[in-house]
Parts: sequence; C-alpha cells; structure tokens
Amino acid sequence: MANEVKLPIYLDYSATTPVDERVAGKMMRYMKMGDVFGNPASRSHSFGWQSEKAVDEARQQVAALVNADPREIVWTSGATESDNLAIKGAAHFYGKRGKHVVTVKTEHKAVLDTCRQLEKEGFEVTYLEPQDNGLLDLDAVSQALRDDTTVLSVMHVNNEIGVIQDLTALGEIAREKGVIFHVDAAQSAGKVPIDLQRLPVDLMSFSAHKIYGPKGIGALYVRRKPRVRVEAQMHGGGHERGMRSGTLATHQIVGMGEAFDIASKEIANENERILSLRNRLWEGLNQLEEVYCNGDLEQRVAGNLNASFNFVEGESLIMSLKNIAVSSGSACTSASLEPSYVLRALGRNDELAHSSIRFSIGRYTTAAEVDYTVDLVKESVIRLRELSPLWEMYQDGVDLEKVEWATH
Amino acid sequence: MSYGKKVLDHYENPRNVGSLDKDAPNVGTGMVGAPACGDVMKLQIKVNDDGVIEDARFKTYGCGSAIASSSLLTEWVRGKTLDEASKIKNIEIVEELSLPPVKIHCSVLAEDAIKAAIKDYNDKQSGAG
Repeated sequence: MANEVKLPIYLDYSATTPVDERVAGKMMRYMKMGDVFGNPASRSHSFGWQSEKAVDEARQQVAALVNADPREIVWTSGATESDNLAIKGAAHFYGKRGKHVVTVKTEHKAVLDTCRQLEKEGFEVTYLEPQDNGLLDLDAVSQALRDDTTVLSVMHVNNEIGVIQDLTALGEIAREKGVIFHVDAAQSAGKVPIDLQRLPVDLMSFSAHKIYGPKGIGALYVRRKPRVRVEAQMHGGGHERGMRSGTLATHQIVGMGEAFDIASKEIANENERILSLRNRLWEGLNQLEEVYCNGDLEQRVAGNLNASFNFVEGESLIMSLKNIAVSSGSACTSASLEPSYVLRALGRNDELAHSSIRFSIGRYTTAAEVDYTVDLVKESVIRLRELSPLWEMYQDGVDLEKVEWATH
Repeated sequence: MSYGKKVLDHYENPRNVGSLDKDAPNVGTGMVGAPACGDVMKLQIKVNDDGVIEDARFKTYGCGSAIASSSLLTEWVRGKTLDEASKIKNIEIVEELSLPPVKIHCSVLAEDAIKAAIKDYNDKQSGAG
C-alpha cells in the first residue's frame, strides 16, 4: 500500500490549494504579447477591450457560484483585503449611525486585527464567545446587537475547525436590527452551497487560492438591493466603481473566474468524495484512545478534520509526521508558545489545545494517502505516548487537573 | 521550523526512556513544566552507595527539542556524581543540540529537571538518615 503513495502527502488544503491545471493553463493566455495582456481600463484600443471582456467573464463566473449579480463583485488582492474593505469600509461609511461592531473570538486574524484597528480609531467592538462546538448561540448574537451597532462580521466556515455557521439565522437577526452583515467566506466558497439571492448577507469575502485558483486575488461581494455602501480603503484611479482602485490583474482575475467556474460544476461530486475521505480518516484515527474532534462534526465543511491527541504535544507529533503536510493548532513553532486561540475559545483545556492537528483534505487527496496518514499518526501517537509522563499518569489513574504543576 | 541533526537523532532514537520506582530510597525524581505550557519533563536518577548516578530515565511531553534535551541529559548524567550532575548548565545542552533561541526554554527545563531529581534524592536521604 505504502508504495502507491507519493510522499510527501499534502493535507493542508485549508492553508492553500494547488492551482488547478485548467486554471493555470488559462491564466497563461493572459500575460504575453500576442495573447491578451492589455489594461482592462484602456478604453481606446482592442488590447484593453479584450482584457475588459475577460475580466467581465470572470466576474460572471465568480458571481454564478454564489448566485449574485456580477455588478456586486469587487476584485481585491485576497480575502484579507476583502475583510478590511468590508469591515472598515462599512464601519466608516455608517459611522454617523453608530460606532459599535460585533464579531466572534474565533474569526480569522484578518477580521480580528481589522476590528482592533477600529478600536484604535474610537469604535467599540464586541467579541462573542462561540459555544463549545464552535457554533454561535443565536440569542447571544441577538443580545449583542445594539442601537448603535453598524456591522456584524461572522465567518461562514472556520479555518481551523471547519464549523459552518447558520448564515440565514444570523442574517435575519442582523436585518431585524438594521445591522450590516459581513461574512468571510474564504473557507466556504466552492465547498458549501452559497445562494446570495436567498441569504440575508450584505458583504461577503472570497479568496481564489483556497479553491484551486491563484494566490493574490480575491473579491468582495457588495449587495446592490438593498444597497450597501463601503468607504474605499485603497484610493486611486477609481476602479471597481470607486470601491477599490488599482489596475486589475487580468491573469489573476481570469484564474479566479475559472476556479470558481470549475467549483460550480464539480462542487456536489467533489464534496461527496471528500466527505467520504474525511470519514475514513476520522474512523481510522478514532481507533486510538483519547482522541477528540474539535468543533461540531455535523455542521462542518467536508474537507476539515481537527483532532486533539491527548497527552501528546502537537509540535512533536507534527515532527513525527514529517512526510505529511498538516498544521498544528499549537503555535509553539511561532515562539509564542500559545495554544490556538480558536480552540481556547471553545473552552478546550491547554493540553488538548496543545495537542491538536488540523488535517484538510482536497481535490487531489486519495484514499491511499488517507490510509497512509492513519497508519503513521497511530504509530506516532503510540510512540510519543510511551515517552509522555502525562500518559503514564493517566494510565495510573492520576487526575491531571488536580496536579500542582511546577510552572516555569 | 527545521531541526538540527542531533535533535532529530534524539527525537527518533530517544535514549533511556522509562521510569524507575519513585518510592525507592535510592531514586530521585524531578518533574518540571506544566501541560498548559506545552511541556512536562520527568527525569529520574538511581544513585549508588558512592553517590554516583548509575541509571537515569526520562519521559517528556513536549516538542522535539524538549524530548532531545531530556534524552541527552540522561546520557550525560549517567556515571556522574551528584555534585558533577548538578553543575550541568542549560547552555551546554543548547550548544550540543544547536537549539535555536525559541527552544532555549527546553534546555532550561532539562536543567531544572536534573536539579529537582537531585533535590528529591537528597531529601529522601536526609529524611531516611
């Protein structure tokens, strides 16, 4: 079995995905002399017109995946910029109405740090605590929205634990209170069906590189009916109806369009295949004792599994999985020695937060790769537990919560 | 982050893993660190009548550098007198394993562990004597 598998194995699709060959092939035709390379803003010649046409097509492809109007799509450099434009842009535009923003502790740093910036500017931000399964308590959201709240920002699918928030319910709460609802959909577009004709969402951030498109390109959906306004964060030539200036990167945009188009056509089949691989992975790993899945297992994107292997430290486990690309919830490697803030927000204790690994499965993952991973993880966890004084104490029936540790 | 050769060697082939009888009068046990900090080291020494460490064992919960630091230390203290062992400095571990700055705390923990084990042994001896 092992010789069918080509090492190393990539199981970090939530971090980024390889560009689909069909996407890369198309992008190559939008760069060179003899191909389409003009500035889409050049109105006086065919080089510009050809590029503009390509950009328009891509805009339609992106809009089609989420059932939006192409005129509601604003190109950006990625989901981080989209989050910045949405949150700062709406908070600034509606600043006269109020200066209160509501978000969640488990959001991506692109949202949290943007909110911190607003706090420096005099805005007030409420950071909601999710429930232990990672999902929001709708009553808590409802109570957090005040008369002076202008923006509610909640991610669709969490990047670490993959849980899916209920956008319909959240959006209805926001609508009722007249609050702009922003959703970071970097981890969900192309993986979870999104219908913006039906969803009460005002602003939505997208990224290309999470769904087999190129890095460095993203988009922000800005609702037209009822019309939502954002103040530009990038000033210049007035591109994208004044919301985001800067020459459009035609080849990147074409790549994002193609990636979204492929996702539109393949989402159903792909999800089914990926979910069966995820189940295979979880069933395999769950044969070990003291393994916990972080985040709700049902309300969860197909490709994500975040598991904690109790009594084994995450970084040492990753070291042992050297032929497998995964990511650790423990940020020990970044010298901060802090366990994942997402897992802490779920109320996971430090040991479990320190021992978590995120496996993310995608388009090119095979069953043989999953099986190889299961075998290697099991072997490594067993070996590291033999080395672990905590495992020994657990086996001896010691309650680790009651031990007085010599903290350093 | 990439690891040094010696760290990898100790991580893949840890020396002297295991436990000694913590209740034995000639065994000293040092347990340092905390799960909340991401590392816990247990180091045990068995001391003969001449005050020489004849056996040393460890178990470590922590990153590869923490495992390597404790594994290396068990090798070093074997055959040393308690006095010699108590003089081992964390910087020697840092140098031997080429630990990067972010991993220096692993070597500090190892130094703390041997000191705690020696103290435990001495406490037992003075209590018994």
